[in-house]
Amino acid sequence: MQTDSAQTDAVRRARREGLGVVVATSAYGLSFGALSIASGLDLPQTMVLSLLMFSGGSQFAFIGVVAAGGGVAGVASAAMLGLRNALYGMSMRRVVQPRRALLPLAAHVTIDESTAVALAQSEPRAQRAGFWVTGVGIWIGWNLATLAGALLGDQLGDPRQWGLDAAAAAAFVGLLWPRLKARQAMAVAAASAVVAAALLPVLPAGMPVMVAAAVGVIVGLTNWLGPRHESTLPDPGGPQHAEGHHA
Amino acid sequence: MTLWHLLLLASIVVLGIKLLGYAVPPAVFDSPRPRRTLELLTVSLLAGLVAVQALGGASGIVLDARIPAVLVAAGLFAVRAPFIVAVAAAAATAALLRALTGFA
Repeated sequence: MQTDSAQTDAVRRARREGLGVVVATSAYGLSFGALSIASGLDLPQTMVLSLLMFSGGSQFAFIGVVAAGGGVAGVASAAMLGLRNALYGMSMRRVVQPRRALLPLAAHVTIDESTAVALAQSEPRAQRAGFWVTGVGIWIGWNLATLAGALLGDQLGDPRQWGLDAAAAAAFVGLLWPRLKARQAMAVAAASAVVAAALLPVLPAGMPVMVAAAVGVIVGLTNWLGPRHESTLPDPGGPQHAEGHHA
Repeated sequence: MTLWHLLLLASIVVLGIKLLGYAVPPAVFDSPRPRRTLELLTVSLLAGLVAVQALGGASGIVLDARIPAVLVAAGLFAVRAPFIVAVAAAAATAALLRALTGFA
């Protein structure tokens, strides 16, 4: 059993780690705000996404697909990218054990980063502290940065002149990068990109990404190209994501 | 559906999925197959979005300044540059190429 001071140290360390992740993650809310305006959303619409949807990958996917004219496919892309949050919720329910009144708030701030910081701690109180500091901190920082980015984006004029279309593509590269550790993931990423690109000229906007998503589902279900030992699979949202670049 | 409808629907669905995670019994996803499938679904969606954002245009595929810009970003992510730095570098690369060379 640990002493009180050792516990307090662990909690303090978890908070400090959480704050570091909060600063790094919030900063790129700037790029979300600017890109959302460049995609044709107005300021209130941009803010509703950050306040209410609050999941970086889903938000970028929604504005990207909707800007291309994808409509309902934008909703589907955002929803599918949000599915992993349900997985995080299942483990965070045991780790955080939120009171009934706080459960909706805990669920809302359950994202890659809050889950990763919580799981990186070894002591229950530190796990809870890491989760709350990271989750609530990013919610505040992400929304402030979204507002700043959106106001900035409003002043820019033609988004292509500023390379914002290229920034949108780069944002997805950044969200994808930390997930490409295993060969299976790299193969899935390459195949999905080729499928989506090949379908661009033939399918309506938003649909190439939907079809490309089938690649991941099929390989996932069959474990094609996968490791024999299931236990060698990385735990989604595990500690290796703590220093990742994604929201 | 208007943009507002799509936006509110998507936001409520994403929030609903988070709440669902706290409601379903952990056993549902406690085996390797659904975990792996969910992780690879995420990878596939993100990779598809990279391709569409980097290549998509009015006539299907359009090759322009986005490609060198994305390569610059990938190089920066490979050396663990912060997200905002790599994204800004990609924007600057495309903007400079367009301003200086007239490259689309």
